[in-house]
Amino acid sequence: MSSIDKAQDVVLDVQRVSAGYGGPAVVRDVSLTVKAGRITALLGTNGVGKTTLMRAVCGMVQATGSVTLGSTAISGLRTEHIARLGIAHVPEGRGTFIDLTVEENLRVGCFARRSMEGAADTMERIYGWLPRLAERRDQRAGSLSGGEQQMLAIGRALMADPKVLLLDEPSFGLAPRVAAEVMHLLRRLQSETRMGILLVEQNTEIALGLADDAYVLRAGAVVASGAAAQLRESADLQAAYLGSH
Amino acid sequence: MEAFVNQVVAGLTTGCAYALIGLALVIVYRTTSHVNFAQGEMATLTTYIAWSLLQAGVPYWVAFALTLVGAFVFAAGLERWVIGRLSTASPLATVAAFIGLFMTIHSLTGYIWGYDVRELPSPFPSGSLAGGLVSWHQLGVALVTAAMLALLWVFFRFTRVGLAVRAAAQNPASARLSGISTQTMAALGWGLAASMGVVAGMMVAPQLYLDPHMMSGVLIYGFAAALMGGIQSVPGAVIGGLVLGVLENLLGAYVVGTQLKLTVAMVLIVGMLVWRPQGLLGRPSAKRV
Repeated sequence: MSSIDKAQDVVLDVQRVSAGYGGPAVVRDVSLTVKAGRITALLGTNGVGKTTLMRAVCGMVQATGSVTLGSTAISGLRTEHIARLGIAHVPEGRGTFIDLTVEENLRVGCFARRSMEGAADTMERIYGWLPRLAERRDQRAGSLSGGEQQMLAIGRALMADPKVLLLDEPSFGLAPRVAAEVMHLLRRLQSETRMGILLVEQNTEIALGLADDAYVLRAGAVVASGAAAQLRESADLQAAYLGSH
Repeated sequence: MEAFVNQVVAGLTTGCAYALIGLALVIVYRTTSHVNFAQGEMATLTTYIAWSLLQAGVPYWVAFALTLVGAFVFAAGLERWVIGRLSTASPLATVAAFIGLFMTIHSLTGYIWGYDVRELPSPFPSGSLAGGLVSWHQLGVALVTAAMLALLWVFFRFTRVGLAVRAAAQNPASARLSGISTQTMAALGWGLAASMGVVAGMMVAPQLYLDPHMMSGVLIYGFAAALMGGIQSVPGAVIGGLVLGVLENLLGAYVVGTQLKLTVAMVLIVGMLVWRPQGLLGRPSAKRV
Protein backbone atom coordinates (compact mmCIF):
# COMPACT_ATOMS: atom_id res chain seq x y z
CA MET A 1 0.00 0.00 0.00
CA SER A 2 1.43 3.38 -0.96
CA SER A 3 1.90 6.14 1.56
CA ILE A 4 -0.77 8.23 -0.19
CA ASP A 5 -3.39 5.53 0.37
CA LYS A 6 -2.30 5.37 3.96
CA ALA A 7 -2.80 9.10 4.36
CA GLN A 8 -6.34 8.88 3.03
CA ASP A 9 -7.34 6.03 5.30
CA VAL A 10 -9.64 7.51 7.95
CA VAL A 11 -10.13 5.08 10.86
CA LEU A 12 -11.97 7.34 13.27
CA ASP A 13 -14.40 9.96 12.08
CA VAL A 14 -15.92 12.29 14.65
CA GLN A 15 -18.66 14.51 13.22
CA ARG A 16 -20.30 17.42 15.03
CA VAL A 17 -20.00 15.89 18.48
CA SER A 18 -21.21 17.80 21.51
CA ALA A 19 -20.85 16.33 24.97
CA GLY A 20 -21.01 17.18 28.64
CA TYR A 21 -21.96 16.01 32.10
CA GLY A 22 -25.58 17.12 32.30
CA GLY A 23 -24.82 20.85 32.57
CA PRO A 24 -23.76 23.07 29.68
CA ALA A 25 -21.91 21.22 26.92
CA VAL A 26 -18.17 20.90 27.55
CA VAL A 27 -17.45 19.90 23.96
CA ARG A 28 -19.36 21.78 21.28
CA ASP A 29 -19.82 20.67 17.71
CA VAL A 30 -16.39 19.13 17.29
CA SER A 31 -15.44 17.32 14.08
CA LEU A 32 -12.14 15.56 13.58
CA THR A 33 -10.61 12.55 11.88
CA VAL A 34 -7.85 10.13 12.84
CA LYS A 35 -6.04 8.31 10.04
CA ALA A 36 -4.48 4.87 10.01
CA GLY A 37 -0.78 4.75 10.79
CA ARG A 38 -0.71 8.39 11.83
CA ILE A 39 -0.67 10.33 15.08
CA THR A 40 -3.25 13.06 15.49
CA ALA A 41 -2.59 15.48 18.33
CA LEU A 42 -5.42 17.12 20.26
CA LEU A 43 -4.15 20.32 21.85
CA GLY A 44 -5.46 23.00 24.14
CA THR A 45 -5.09 24.26 27.68
CA ASN A 46 -6.58 22.56 30.73
CA GLY A 47 -10.35 22.31 30.79
CA VAL A 48 -11.06 22.93 27.10
CA GLY A 49 -12.72 19.54 26.68
CA LYS A 50 -9.97 17.23 25.38
CA THR A 51 -10.64 14.49 27.92
CA THR A 52 -14.41 14.90 27.55
CA LEU A 53 -14.11 14.44 23.79
CA MET A 54 -12.18 11.18 24.29
CA ARG A 55 -14.80 10.01 26.77
CA ALA A 56 -17.52 10.87 24.26
CA VAL A 57 -15.81 8.73 21.61
CA CYS A 58 -15.80 5.81 24.09
CA GLY A 59 -19.41 6.24 25.16
CA MET A 60 -18.48 7.26 28.69
CA VAL A 61 -20.43 10.54 28.64
CA GLN A 62 -23.69 11.74 27.10
CA ALA A 63 -22.99 12.96 23.57
CA THR A 64 -24.72 13.98 20.37
CA GLY A 65 -23.31 13.86 16.86
CA SER A 66 -21.81 10.88 15.12
CA VAL A 67 -18.68 8.80 15.69
CA THR A 68 -17.64 6.25 13.07
CA LEU A 69 -14.93 3.62 13.48
CA GLY A 70 -13.84 2.41 10.06
CA SER A 71 -17.28 1.93 8.52
CA THR A 72 -19.12 1.19 11.78
CA ALA A 73 -21.25 3.82 13.52
CA ILE A 74 -20.41 3.58 17.21
CA SER A 75 -22.29 6.53 18.72
CA GLY A 76 -24.66 5.39 21.44
CA LEU A 77 -23.01 1.99 21.95
CA ARG A 78 -21.87 0.83 25.39
CA THR A 79 -18.25 1.49 26.38
CA GLU A 80 -17.26 -2.20 26.52
CA HIS A 81 -18.82 -2.80 23.10
CA ILE A 82 -16.89 0.12 21.60
CA ALA A 83 -13.71 -1.28 23.12
CA ARG A 84 -14.35 -4.67 21.50
CA LEU A 85 -14.94 -2.98 18.13
CA GLY A 86 -11.38 -1.65 18.19
CA ILE A 87 -10.93 1.53 20.20
CA ALA A 88 -8.44 1.31 23.04
CA HIS A 89 -8.42 4.22 25.45
CA VAL A 90 -5.64 4.85 27.95
CA PRO A 91 -7.34 7.27 30.29
CA GLU A 92 -5.83 10.10 32.28
CA GLY A 93 -4.17 8.66 35.37
CA ARG A 94 -3.61 5.41 33.42
CA GLY A 95 -6.36 3.26 34.91
CA THR A 96 -3.97 0.44 35.77
CA PHE A 97 -5.29 -2.53 37.78
CA ILE A 98 -2.86 -2.06 40.65
CA ASP A 99 -3.66 -5.29 42.52
CA LEU A 100 -3.20 -7.44 39.42
CA THR A 101 0.23 -8.49 38.22
CA VAL A 102 1.84 -6.93 35.15
CA GLU A 103 1.01 -9.99 33.06
CA GLU A 104 -2.58 -10.11 34.34
CA ASN A 105 -2.97 -6.46 33.34
CA LEU A 106 -1.88 -7.36 29.82
CA ARG A 107 -4.23 -10.34 29.78
CA VAL A 108 -7.10 -8.05 30.74
CA GLY A 109 -6.29 -6.16 27.55
CA CYS A 110 -7.15 -9.33 25.58
CA PHE A 111 -10.85 -9.09 26.43
CA ALA A 112 -11.28 -6.46 23.74
CA ARG A 113 -9.55 -8.56 21.05
CA ARG A 114 -11.71 -9.79 18.24
CA SER A 115 -9.87 -13.09 18.34
CA MET A 116 -7.49 -14.73 20.79
CA GLU A 117 -5.38 -15.88 17.88
CA GLY A 118 -2.03 -14.14 17.97
CA ALA A 119 -2.53 -12.85 21.53
CA ALA A 120 0.62 -14.58 22.74
CA ASP A 121 2.60 -13.04 19.88
CA THR A 122 1.23 -9.59 20.68
CA MET A 123 2.26 -10.04 24.29
CA GLU A 124 5.79 -11.03 23.32
CA ARG A 125 6.02 -8.05 20.95
CA ILE A 126 4.91 -5.73 23.75
CA TYR A 127 7.46 -7.24 26.12
CA GLY A 128 10.03 -6.67 23.37
CA TRP A 129 9.08 -3.03 23.10
CA LEU A 130 8.91 -2.59 26.87
CA PRO A 131 11.59 -4.86 28.33
CA ARG A 132 11.17 -3.50 31.83
CA LEU A 133 7.63 -4.90 31.91
CA ALA A 134 8.99 -8.30 30.90
CA GLU A 135 11.34 -8.25 33.88
CA ARG A 136 8.46 -7.44 36.18
CA ARG A 137 5.75 -9.63 34.68
CA ASP A 138 4.86 -11.35 37.95
CA GLN A 139 4.98 -8.22 40.09
CA ARG A 140 1.93 -6.35 41.32
CA ALA A 141 1.28 -3.43 38.96
CA GLY A 142 0.93 -1.14 41.97
CA SER A 143 4.61 -1.70 42.78
CA LEU A 144 5.76 -0.23 39.45
CA SER A 145 7.05 3.31 39.02
CA GLY A 146 4.82 5.93 37.39
CA GLY A 147 6.58 5.56 34.06
CA GLU A 148 6.34 1.77 34.12
CA GLN A 149 2.65 1.98 34.95
CA GLN A 150 2.15 4.27 31.97
CA MET A 151 3.97 1.80 29.75
CA LEU A 152 1.83 -0.98 31.17
CA ALA A 153 -1.37 0.96 30.49
CA ILE A 154 -0.30 1.46 26.88
CA GLY A 155 0.75 -2.18 26.68
CA ARG A 156 -2.66 -3.27 27.94
CA ALA A 157 -4.34 -1.11 25.29
CA LEU A 158 -2.11 -2.65 22.59
CA MET A 159 -3.07 -6.18 23.68
CA ALA A 160 -6.53 -5.43 22.30
CA ASP A 161 -4.95 -5.07 18.86
CA PRO A 162 -6.98 -1.89 18.36
CA LYS A 163 -7.68 0.08 15.20
CA VAL A 164 -7.53 3.32 17.15
CA LEU A 165 -5.55 4.18 20.26
CA LEU A 166 -6.65 7.12 22.41
CA LEU A 167 -3.97 8.42 24.75
CA ASP A 168 -4.86 11.00 27.37
CA GLU A 169 -1.73 12.85 28.55
CA PRO A 170 0.58 9.82 28.58
CA SER A 171 3.56 11.85 29.80
CA PHE A 172 1.70 13.53 32.64
CA GLY A 173 3.66 13.45 35.89
CA LEU A 174 6.61 11.60 34.35
CA ALA A 175 10.26 12.64 34.51
CA PRO A 176 11.45 14.07 31.14
CA ARG A 177 13.62 11.02 30.43
CA VAL A 178 10.68 8.64 31.05
CA ALA A 179 8.34 10.84 29.02
CA ALA A 180 10.83 10.62 26.15
CA GLU A 181 10.64 6.80 26.34
CA VAL A 182 6.85 6.96 26.05
CA MET A 183 7.16 9.21 23.01
CA HIS A 184 9.73 6.86 21.51
CA LEU A 185 7.24 3.99 21.84
CA LEU A 186 4.56 6.08 20.11
CA ARG A 187 6.94 6.81 17.26
CA ARG A 188 7.53 3.07 16.83
CA LEU A 189 3.80 2.41 16.76
CA GLN A 190 3.45 5.18 14.17
CA SER A 191 6.04 3.65 11.87
CA GLU A 192 5.48 -0.09 12.52
CA THR A 193 1.69 -0.39 12.74
CA ARG A 194 -1.43 0.84 10.96
CA MET A 195 -3.03 1.97 14.19
CA GLY A 196 -4.54 5.45 14.26
CA ILE A 197 -3.46 7.33 17.37
CA LEU A 198 -5.26 10.28 18.94
CA LEU A 199 -2.92 11.92 21.41
CA VAL A 200 -3.83 14.47 24.05
CA GLU A 201 -0.62 15.99 25.31
CA GLN A 202 0.01 18.98 27.53
CA ASN A 203 3.42 19.59 26.06
CA THR A 204 2.62 21.22 22.70
CA GLU A 205 6.23 21.14 21.56
CA ILE A 206 6.53 17.36 22.05
CA ALA A 207 3.08 16.65 20.62
CA LEU A 208 3.63 18.62 17.43
CA GLY A 209 7.08 17.13 17.00
CA LEU A 210 5.53 13.66 17.01
CA ALA A 211 2.15 14.13 15.35
CA ASP A 212 1.24 14.15 11.67
CA ASP A 213 -1.99 16.08 12.13
CA ALA A 214 -3.28 18.30 14.92
CA TYR A 215 -6.41 19.96 16.20
CA VAL A 216 -6.53 22.82 18.69
CA LEU A 217 -9.47 23.07 21.05
CA ARG A 218 -10.53 26.20 22.84
CA ALA A 219 -13.58 26.40 25.10
CA GLY A 220 -14.85 23.09 23.75
CA ALA A 221 -14.61 23.92 20.04
CA VAL A 222 -12.00 23.36 17.34
CA VAL A 223 -10.24 26.67 16.63
CA ALA A 224 -7.40 25.42 14.43
CA SER A 225 -6.48 22.24 12.58
CA GLY A 226 -4.10 20.99 9.95
CA ALA A 227 -0.74 19.35 9.43
CA ALA A 228 1.25 19.38 12.65
CA ALA A 229 4.30 20.87 10.96
CA GLN A 230 2.27 23.83 9.70
CA LEU A 231 0.42 24.37 12.95
CA ARG A 232 3.71 24.60 14.72
CA GLU A 233 4.45 27.83 12.88
CA SER A 234 0.91 29.10 12.93
CA ALA A 235 -0.43 32.15 14.68
CA ASP A 236 -3.70 30.28 15.46
CA LEU A 237 -1.91 28.08 17.90
CA GLN A 238 -0.34 31.04 19.63
CA ALA A 239 -3.80 32.60 19.84
CA ALA A 240 -5.35 29.49 21.40
CA TYR A 241 -2.77 29.46 24.12
CA LEU A 242 -2.36 33.19 24.54
CA GLY A 243 -2.47 34.38 28.11
CA SER A 244 -2.51 30.88 29.50
CA HIS A 245 1.20 30.22 29.63
CA MET B 1 -10.65 -29.89 78.25
CA GLU B 2 -12.76 -32.14 76.04
CA ALA B 3 -15.68 -29.74 76.42
CA PHE B 4 -13.41 -26.89 75.37
CA VAL B 5 -12.24 -28.74 72.24
CA ASN B 6 -15.85 -29.61 71.44
CA GLN B 7 -16.76 -25.93 71.64
CA VAL B 8 -13.89 -24.96 69.35
CA VAL B 9 -14.77 -27.65 66.77
CA ALA B 10 -18.46 -26.74 66.84
CA GLY B 11 -17.43 -23.10 66.49
CA LEU B 12 -15.32 -23.85 63.43
CA THR B 13 -18.26 -25.68 61.88
CA THR B 14 -20.70 -22.79 62.21
CA GLY B 15 -17.73 -20.55 61.34
CA CYS B 16 -17.68 -22.24 57.92
CA ALA B 17 -21.20 -20.95 57.29
CA TYR B 18 -20.26 -17.48 58.52
CA ALA B 19 -17.21 -17.53 56.25
CA LEU B 20 -19.28 -18.57 53.21
CA ILE B 21 -21.97 -15.94 53.81
CA GLY B 22 -19.28 -13.33 54.59
CA LEU B 23 -17.53 -14.23 51.36
CA ALA B 24 -20.81 -14.02 49.44
CA LEU B 25 -21.31 -10.50 50.82
CA VAL B 26 -17.73 -9.55 49.85
CA ILE B 27 -18.13 -10.84 46.29
CA VAL B 28 -21.42 -9.00 45.78
CA TYR B 29 -19.94 -5.85 47.29
CA ARG B 30 -16.85 -5.98 45.13
CA THR B 31 -18.72 -6.58 41.89
CA THR B 32 -21.60 -4.15 42.51
CA SER B 33 -20.78 -1.90 45.52
CA HIS B 34 -24.00 -3.20 47.09
CA VAL B 35 -24.40 -4.91 50.45
CA ASN B 36 -27.03 -7.58 49.94
CA PHE B 37 -29.02 -7.78 53.19
CA ALA B 38 -31.07 -10.55 51.60
CA GLN B 39 -28.05 -12.85 51.16
CA GLY B 40 -29.07 -14.97 54.17
CA GLU B 41 -32.73 -15.16 53.14
CA MET B 42 -31.72 -16.27 49.65
CA ALA B 43 -29.71 -19.03 51.28
CA THR B 44 -32.72 -20.08 53.37
CA LEU B 45 -35.05 -20.12 50.37
CA THR B 46 -32.66 -22.23 48.32
CA THR B 47 -32.10 -24.61 51.25
CA TYR B 48 -35.88 -25.16 51.35
CA ILE B 49 -35.80 -25.95 47.65
CA ALA B 50 -33.14 -28.56 48.37
CA TRP B 51 -35.34 -29.89 51.19
CA SER B 52 -38.28 -30.27 48.78
CA LEU B 53 -36.08 -32.05 46.28
CA LEU B 54 -34.97 -34.46 49.02
CA GLN B 55 -38.60 -35.02 50.04
CA ALA B 56 -39.33 -35.90 46.41
CA GLY B 57 -36.71 -38.62 46.62
CA VAL B 58 -33.83 -36.94 44.80
CA PRO B 59 -30.45 -38.23 46.08
CA TYR B 60 -28.65 -35.77 48.39
CA TRP B 61 -25.72 -34.74 46.21
CA VAL B 62 -27.92 -34.47 43.11
CA ALA B 63 -30.25 -32.15 45.05
CA PHE B 64 -27.17 -30.25 46.26
CA ALA B 65 -25.87 -29.74 42.71
CA LEU B 66 -29.29 -28.83 41.27
CA THR B 67 -29.90 -26.27 44.00
CA LEU B 68 -26.42 -24.82 43.53
CA VAL B 69 -26.97 -24.30 39.80
CA GLY B 70 -30.56 -23.13 40.26
CA ALA B 71 -29.50 -20.53 42.86
CA PHE B 72 -26.78 -19.29 40.54
CA VAL B 73 -29.18 -18.78 37.64
CA PHE B 74 -31.88 -17.23 39.82
CA ALA B 75 -29.51 -14.74 41.51
CA ALA B 76 -27.69 -13.82 38.29
CA GLY B 77 -31.06 -13.10 36.65
CA LEU B 78 -32.24 -11.12 39.67
CA GLU B 79 -29.15 -8.92 39.46
CA ARG B 80 -29.26 -8.58 35.68
CA TRP B 81 -32.92 -7.61 35.39
CA VAL B 82 -33.96 -6.18 38.76
CA ILE B 83 -31.19 -5.16 41.17
CA GLY B 84 -28.81 -4.00 38.42
CA ARG B 85 -31.24 -1.22 37.61
CA LEU B 86 -30.41 0.31 40.99
CA SER B 87 -26.83 1.06 39.97
CA THR B 88 -27.57 4.77 39.66
CA ALA B 89 -29.97 4.94 42.64
CA SER B 90 -29.15 6.82 45.82
CA PRO B 91 -27.69 4.81 48.73
CA LEU B 92 -30.91 5.25 50.73
CA ALA B 93 -33.07 3.93 47.90
CA THR B 94 -30.68 1.00 47.51
CA VAL B 95 -30.86 0.13 51.21
CA ALA B 96 -34.66 0.33 51.06
CA ALA B 97 -34.70 -1.97 48.03
CA PHE B 98 -32.52 -4.55 49.77
CA ILE B 99 -34.70 -4.49 52.90
CA GLY B 100 -37.64 -5.00 50.54
CA LEU B 101 -35.88 -7.94 48.93
CA PHE B 102 -35.11 -9.39 52.37
CA MET B 103 -38.78 -9.21 53.42
CA THR B 104 -40.08 -10.48 50.08
CA ILE B 105 -37.91 -13.57 50.10
CA HIS B 106 -38.48 -14.18 53.81
CA SER B 107 -42.28 -14.01 53.45
CA LEU B 108 -42.23 -16.04 50.26
CA THR B 109 -40.34 -18.80 52.07
CA GLY B 110 -42.85 -18.77 54.95
CA TYR B 111 -45.78 -18.69 52.51
CA ILE B 112 -44.59 -21.70 50.54
CA TRP B 113 -43.17 -23.94 53.26
CA GLY B 114 -44.80 -22.59 56.45
CA TYR B 115 -43.09 -21.70 59.72
CA ASP B 116 -42.84 -25.21 61.20
CA VAL B 117 -39.33 -26.42 61.87
CA ARG B 118 -38.17 -29.01 59.34
CA GLU B 119 -35.27 -31.36 59.46
CA LEU B 120 -32.71 -31.38 56.69
CA PRO B 121 -30.58 -34.51 56.85
CA SER B 122 -26.80 -34.39 56.94
CA PRO B 123 -25.16 -36.15 54.01
CA PHE B 124 -22.44 -37.44 56.31
CA PRO B 125 -22.57 -40.53 58.53
CA SER B 126 -23.66 -40.05 62.11
CA GLY B 127 -21.22 -40.70 64.91
CA SER B 128 -17.84 -39.25 65.53
CA LEU B 129 -14.14 -39.87 65.32
CA ALA B 130 -11.02 -38.94 67.27
CA GLY B 131 -12.57 -40.18 70.48
CA GLY B 132 -15.71 -38.09 70.16
CA LEU B 133 -13.95 -34.81 69.59
CA VAL B 134 -15.12 -34.35 65.99
CA SER B 135 -18.34 -35.64 64.43
CA TRP B 136 -18.44 -36.87 60.86
CA HIS B 137 -20.83 -34.03 60.06
CA GLN B 138 -18.39 -31.43 61.36
CA LEU B 139 -15.53 -32.90 59.38
CA GLY B 140 -17.72 -33.10 56.29
CA VAL B 141 -18.78 -29.45 56.58
CA ALA B 142 -15.15 -28.39 56.88
CA LEU B 143 -14.18 -30.43 53.80
CA VAL B 144 -17.07 -29.17 51.67
CA THR B 145 -16.30 -25.57 52.66
CA ALA B 146 -12.61 -26.06 51.92
CA ALA B 147 -13.46 -27.57 48.53
CA MET B 148 -15.74 -24.64 47.73
CA LEU B 149 -13.04 -22.12 48.69
CA ALA B 150 -10.43 -24.00 46.66
CA LEU B 151 -12.70 -24.01 43.60
CA LEU B 152 -13.29 -20.28 43.98
CA TRP B 153 -9.59 -19.65 44.32
CA VAL B 154 -8.85 -21.61 41.16
CA PHE B 155 -11.65 -19.78 39.34
CA PHE B 156 -10.44 -16.31 40.32
CA ARG B 157 -6.77 -17.04 39.99
CA PHE B 158 -6.50 -19.17 36.87
CA THR B 159 -9.48 -18.64 34.59
CA ARG B 160 -10.11 -15.94 32.03
CA VAL B 161 -13.54 -15.11 33.42
CA GLY B 162 -12.14 -15.03 36.96
CA LEU B 163 -9.60 -12.46 35.81
CA ALA B 164 -12.40 -10.41 34.26
CA VAL B 165 -14.33 -10.46 37.55
CA ARG B 166 -11.27 -9.31 39.47
CA ALA B 167 -10.53 -6.55 36.97
CA ALA B 168 -14.13 -5.32 37.03
CA ALA B 169 -14.19 -5.38 40.83
CA GLN B 170 -10.98 -3.40 41.07
CA ASN B 171 -11.46 -0.72 38.46
CA PRO B 172 -14.85 -0.80 36.73
CA ALA B 173 -14.11 2.10 34.35
CA SER B 174 -10.84 0.60 33.09
CA ALA B 175 -12.45 -2.82 32.85
CA ARG B 176 -15.14 -1.47 30.53
CA LEU B 177 -12.51 0.30 28.44
CA SER B 178 -10.85 -3.10 28.11
CA GLY B 179 -14.04 -4.63 26.75
CA ILE B 180 -15.33 -6.26 29.96
CA SER B 181 -19.04 -5.91 30.64
CA THR B 182 -19.34 -4.91 34.29
CA GLN B 183 -23.05 -5.81 34.11
CA THR B 184 -22.23 -9.40 33.23
CA MET B 185 -19.60 -9.53 35.98
CA ALA B 186 -22.14 -8.23 38.51
CA ALA B 187 -24.60 -10.95 37.52
CA LEU B 188 -21.82 -13.51 37.82
CA GLY B 189 -20.91 -12.16 41.28
CA TRP B 190 -24.52 -12.53 42.43
CA GLY B 191 -24.70 -16.03 41.04
CA LEU B 192 -21.51 -17.13 42.83
CA ALA B 193 -22.69 -15.53 46.07
CA ALA B 194 -26.04 -17.32 45.93
CA SER B 195 -24.29 -20.66 45.28
CA MET B 196 -22.13 -20.09 48.35
CA GLY B 197 -25.33 -19.36 50.25
CA VAL B 198 -26.66 -22.78 49.22
CA VAL B 199 -23.57 -24.48 50.59
CA ALA B 200 -23.80 -22.48 53.83
CA GLY B 201 -27.52 -23.16 54.21
CA MET B 202 -27.35 -26.88 53.49
CA MET B 203 -24.36 -27.33 55.78
CA VAL B 204 -25.82 -25.52 58.82
CA ALA B 205 -29.41 -26.73 58.44
CA PRO B 206 -28.83 -30.16 60.07
CA GLN B 207 -27.46 -28.30 63.10
CA LEU B 208 -29.74 -25.24 63.28
CA TYR B 209 -32.89 -26.93 61.89
CA LEU B 210 -34.64 -25.51 58.89
CA ASP B 211 -37.12 -22.69 59.41
CA PRO B 212 -37.59 -19.36 57.62
CA HIS B 213 -35.51 -17.55 60.26
CA MET B 214 -32.61 -19.99 60.01
CA MET B 215 -30.10 -17.68 58.38
CA SER B 216 -30.89 -14.40 60.14
CA GLY B 217 -28.26 -14.99 62.83
CA VAL B 218 -25.84 -16.40 60.28
CA LEU B 219 -26.24 -13.26 58.16
CA ILE B 220 -25.34 -11.01 61.10
CA TYR B 221 -22.22 -13.09 61.78
CA GLY B 222 -21.44 -13.28 58.07
CA PHE B 223 -21.67 -9.51 57.92
CA ALA B 224 -19.31 -9.19 60.89
CA ALA B 225 -16.93 -11.65 59.15
CA ALA B 226 -16.99 -9.58 55.96
CA LEU B 227 -16.29 -6.43 57.96
CA MET B 228 -13.30 -8.06 59.63
CA GLY B 229 -11.78 -8.08 56.16
CA GLY B 230 -12.90 -4.51 55.52
CA ILE B 231 -15.71 -5.92 53.28
CA GLN B 232 -13.12 -6.04 50.48
CA SER B 233 -10.93 -8.96 51.37
CA VAL B 234 -11.63 -12.58 50.47
CA PRO B 235 -9.16 -14.15 52.96
CA GLY B 236 -10.28 -11.58 55.52
CA ALA B 237 -13.88 -12.77 55.32
CA VAL B 238 -12.91 -16.44 55.54
CA ILE B 239 -10.60 -16.00 58.52
CA GLY B 240 -13.12 -13.61 60.07
CA GLY B 241 -15.91 -16.18 59.76
CA LEU B 242 -13.91 -18.99 61.37
CA VAL B 243 -12.64 -16.78 64.20
CA LEU B 244 -16.15 -15.52 64.87
CA GLY B 245 -17.58 -19.02 64.97
CA VAL B 246 -15.08 -20.07 67.61
CA LEU B 247 -15.35 -16.79 69.53
CA GLU B 248 -19.13 -17.03 69.57
CA ASN B 249 -19.04 -20.52 71.05
CA LEU B 250 -16.36 -19.84 73.63
CA LEU B 251 -17.93 -16.59 74.81
CA GLY B 252 -21.33 -18.28 74.80
CA ALA B 253 -20.10 -21.22 76.84
CA TYR B 254 -17.77 -19.51 79.28
CA VAL B 255 -18.49 -15.77 79.40
CA VAL B 256 -21.79 -14.23 78.34
CA GLY B 257 -24.06 -17.24 77.97
CA THR B 258 -26.04 -18.29 74.89
CA GLN B 259 -28.65 -15.54 75.27
CA LEU B 260 -26.17 -12.79 74.39
CA LYS B 261 -24.41 -14.54 71.48
CA LEU B 262 -25.82 -12.24 68.80
CA THR B 263 -24.93 -9.22 70.89
CA VAL B 264 -21.30 -10.26 70.56
CA ALA B 265 -21.64 -10.05 66.78
CA MET B 266 -23.28 -6.64 66.94
CA VAL B 267 -20.57 -5.30 69.24
CA LEU B 268 -17.96 -6.58 66.79
CA ILE B 269 -19.71 -4.98 63.80
CA VAL B 270 -19.96 -1.59 65.47
CA GLY B 271 -16.43 -1.86 66.83
CA MET B 272 -14.98 -2.73 63.41
CA LEU B 273 -16.87 0.10 61.70
CA VAL B 274 -15.66 2.62 64.27
CA TRP B 275 -12.05 1.57 64.83
CA ARG B 276 -10.95 -0.46 61.84
CA PRO B 277 -13.20 0.17 58.83
CA GLN B 278 -10.44 -1.11 56.54
CA GLY B 279 -10.56 -4.52 58.26
CA LEU B 280 -8.02 -6.39 60.34
CA LEU B 281 -5.79 -7.25 57.39
CA GLY B 282 -6.62 -4.27 55.17
CA ARG B 283 -4.74 -1.14 54.48
CA PRO B 284 -6.72 2.11 54.38
CA SER B 285 -7.94 2.34 50.80
CA ALA B 286 -9.29 5.05 48.57
CA LYS B 287 -13.05 5.25 48.47
CA ARG B 288 -14.71 3.37 45.65
CA VAL B 289 -16.09 5.70 42.97
